[in-house]
Amino acid sequence: MLIELHDIEKIYEIGTVQVPALKGINITVNKNEYVAIMGPSGSGKSTLMNIVGCLDTPSDGIYMLNDNNVSDMSDDELAEIRNREIGFVFQTFNLLPRASALHNVELPLIYNGTPAAKRRKQAEEALERVGLADRMHHKPNELSGGQRQRVAIARALVNSPSIILADEPTGNLDSRTGEEIMEIFEDLHDSGNTIILVTHEEYIAEHSDRIIRLRDGMVERDEAVMERSA
Amino acid sequence: MRIFSYIGESLKLAIEALRSYKMRSILTTLGIVIGVTTVIAIVALIQGLNKSFANQISAIGTTTLYVQKFPWVMNDRQFFTYRNRPNIRVSDAEQLKEMSKLAVAVAPTLATRQTIKYKDRTLESVIVFGSTADYMETSNVVPEFGRFLTETDVKHRRSLCVIGSEVADKLFPDSDPLGQRILVGGRRYKVIGIAEKKGSMFGQNLDQMIIIPVGVFQTAFGARWRSVDIEVKVATPEMLEDAEIELTGIMRRIRGLKSNEEENFAINKQSQLMETYKSLTGTLWAVAIGVGAISLLVGGIGIMNILLVSVTERTREIGIRKALGARRSDIMVQFLIESLVICAIGVTIGVALAIGLAKLIASTTPLPASITAWVAFLGLVFVVTIGLFFGIYPARKAARLNPIEALRYE
Repeated sequence: MLIELHDIEKIYEIGTVQVPALKGINITVNKNEYVAIMGPSGSGKSTLMNIVGCLDTPSDGIYMLNDNNVSDMSDDELAEIRNREIGFVFQTFNLLPRASALHNVELPLIYNGTPAAKRRKQAEEALERVGLADRMHHKPNELSGGQRQRVAIARALVNSPSIILADEPTGNLDSRTGEEIMEIFEDLHDSGNTIILVTHEEYIAEHSDRIIRLRDGMVERDEAVMERSA
Repeated sequence: MRIFSYIGESLKLAIEALRSYKMRSILTTLGIVIGVTTVIAIVALIQGLNKSFANQISAIGTTTLYVQKFPWVMNDRQFFTYRNRPNIRVSDAEQLKEMSKLAVAVAPTLATRQTIKYKDRTLESVIVFGSTADYMETSNVVPEFGRFLTETDVKHRRSLCVIGSEVADKLFPDSDPLGQRILVGGRRYKVIGIAEKKGSMFGQNLDQMIIIPVGVFQTAFGARWRSVDIEVKVATPEMLEDAEIELTGIMRRIRGLKSNEEENFAINKQSQLMETYKSLTGTLWAVAIGVGAISLLVGGIGIMNILLVSVTERTREIGIRKALGARRSDIMVQFLIESLVICAIGVTIGVALAIGLAKLIASTTPLPASITAWVAFLGLVFVVTIGLFFGIYPARKAARLNPIEALRYE
């Protein structure tokens, strides 16, 4: 089992008021699964995404990632887990604006101490894999939205993480470009990667094998996608 | 290994950040430049002046004591009191020489300024010393040509003189002074020796002088109202203290002072001047260095300010880096290195400017300024202290950012 969430709760304290965002989530995800998390805004999907991505820790419950209990790790331990186990793809790409595509992809390798030459080679390979071999030295503002998201995907891949965590990856893209990106995710899934996709678009979610629907901080439905729309 | 790859990345980042905000970086760096230049220039000036002062007073031997009516350092009130002290006489020097066991040379000395003439040449404001054969040792006047006054010369009040090199050059530009007679205050003196060049002390040319027997001096320029300075030389600087005690005792006896009476003479020595110099300039330097330190402080605050702005501007970048696995320490190092880079640039320019300034001062004014190798070390100390001290707060702030909030920051 790659991901095990046991009774995950998250309570935000806003002033003196306690706002529960997650009220006991139980999910398990296996290696090489392709899971979509859906839900209306306020359903807790961002919170869940942050916890799964080890950007945040749950108020209660246990999160086992690759047999490590990450529920109550320190900031630095979480940073290491993020670096090793998780590749993020964000809606807003989140590339460093002044760094080249290549440098952006190299970032996770910088933080795990990969030597420069190896770093460069791995980053080049990751960019080739997303079809950007000829754009390596361009800066984000010289790239189209789709190309930027490909850079972000290459960055998520470069460290061979356990999970690729994509938060509305097509949200800022037109539908044709969005489809291209989804194809990349499918390729990645086919080559053995585990993908967790957060979206509110049904047709995007249908690319996955399994859709988990959240409502009011709880799992409303968790079901397999029967047939591919494509 | 991890830390090295990260320091490399941080250096790149810091330089990139400085490049992208040129004006801002220049202004921030300027603060440090001014501070460092001020501090180093002041320190260089202090060193130069101290060295120069030590040079200046080196003409006063470290093994010579000066028994005089007045101390070298006194205030107005003291002057009016000491004025009533009885003059020191040549006979006091003779007695002192007889009684002292530590003195190796004792020279009663009188001095005045006179215009001296040789044929149609005149030289104004020449110091005329009246002394004895021992003066050669007490004041370290070495005859380069000819000879010095002997005891016999002094005893028989011969009208002879030893002249300083400046006098020789100016009155005898193209002839040998030895054996010639020069005119001083209406009397003629035969030149028997030319002293080695001594340089100057406090703007006074030590080579523009002549020395004549003390008895002759008294006859020529008056004796009764002049107090004699007794120069006493001891063998080694270590003996100076003992000699001072011995001389005090002897002088008290000569002058018939009772045990409850205060001394009515002064014993002066080189170290007094050094001490006075230090006490006079100490406060001044403290103030000057304080001013320099304040400008460094202001420069440092400038760095802190700009780093805080930088942290805010790059909140999102910090979020991204944290999401990708940057630890707190990595972010901290990134901003500290940025701070250190600004400081390093500022200090380098500052040191260069200070060296230039010191050279300029040294070449355009009589003030010496010396910059030595330790300045590089001082610079390094500045870089590390200012960089770390003012960088830590912004760096910590950056390191503690919550990644989720940082990623959401617009």
